[in-house]
Amino acid sequence: MKVKDIVEKLQLTVCSGAAGLEREVKGGYVSDLLSDVMGNANEGNVWLTLQTHKNIMAIASLKELAAVILVKGYQPEEDTRNESETEGIPVLSTSLPTFEIAGALFEILKNG
Amino acid sequence: MAEFRADLHIHTVLSPCGELEMSPSNIVRIAKEKGLDIIGITDHNSTRQAKMVRDLGREHGIYVLTGAEVTTAEEAHCLAFLPDDEKLDEFQAYLDAHLPFIRNNPEKFGYQVVVNVDEEIIYEEERLLIPAINQSIEEVEKKVHSLNGIFIPAHIDKKMYSVLSQLGFIPPTLRYDALELSRHTTVADFIAANPYLKNATFIQSSDAHFPDEIGSVFTIFDIPSISFENIQKKNTLI
Repeated sequence: MKVKDIVEKLQLTVCSGAAGLEREVKGGYVSDLLSDVMGNANEGNVWLTLQTHKNIMAIASLKELAAVILVKGYQPEEDTRNESETEGIPVLSTSLPTFEIAGALFEILKNG
Repeated sequence: MAEFRADLHIHTVLSPCGELEMSPSNIVRIAKEKGLDIIGITDHNSTRQAKMVRDLGREHGIYVLTGAEVTTAEEAHCLAFLPDDEKLDEFQAYLDAHLPFIRNNPEKFGYQVVVNVDEEIIYEEERLLIPAINQSIEEVEKKVHSLNGIFIPAHIDKKMYSVLSQLGFIPPTLRYDALELSRHTTVADFIAANPYLKNATFIQSSDAHFPDEIGSVFTIFDIPSISFENIQKKNTLI
């Protein structure tokens, strides 16, 4: 499954980094501690967080994540958008809380 | 040059988690007993007890930096110190404007009171002081520096509520005056694990919430005399 398929199925807003919509999704990871994501997320994961600081893009790039989904209507800061464009890793947004969007993402990834 | 002993991270009775014994008079007395020359008063998201400690410290030969431990939007704790009362009041107004209004439940979180030198309660803070303010770490840093203050990310080695736990690494564009380590590590151990920070200025402080913890670790400032400006120049040895 690709990032663009998730965007469509979960009705996400693409905030930045649209060039990365073809990236392959290999799972998901949920955490708001960037130190934890750095240690435990896997390549190809979609990362759900409420952190909007530009450091999320550095972590996404380091871990080669597929995309970042900001929950509860959070929007990326301007320099976060810029990093997302540069790295070609999409920042997506949903109005849903983490619990609900994680459940929905889990369902569609499970059913492949 | 002379060497001065500093513990720049001390909570008072105003912090909900601060013991009732953390009154201005006890803090100054214990700081004196522990041989400290400089202390920092850093309650969570409030500066309201700091002046009282400063005035008392002045009488007893302890230099007190007045400020707060700010919880940024990322939940990274950062120390902020302001050079004079006017700037301190302006910073307090900034904290008041950006702290979400959540009523404190003293039974659950602890009392948040300001006490005077006679240990009488003169103010009770009804807003819970622990939540994050709605300002990013960069916004807080810029505010502090716009007021010519000192900005120090707190206990960055901790696994919670530190800039490293919350943001993974120190944003390269963040302008800090020093980085604080908790009493649970050493500069050598920390730099071994984080070599990219080897050129940073470090301080180490107690983060005291209880009287016994005051001065349990400290920083030596190698400065000609004690003043805000000299501390700001950050010649530290730990």
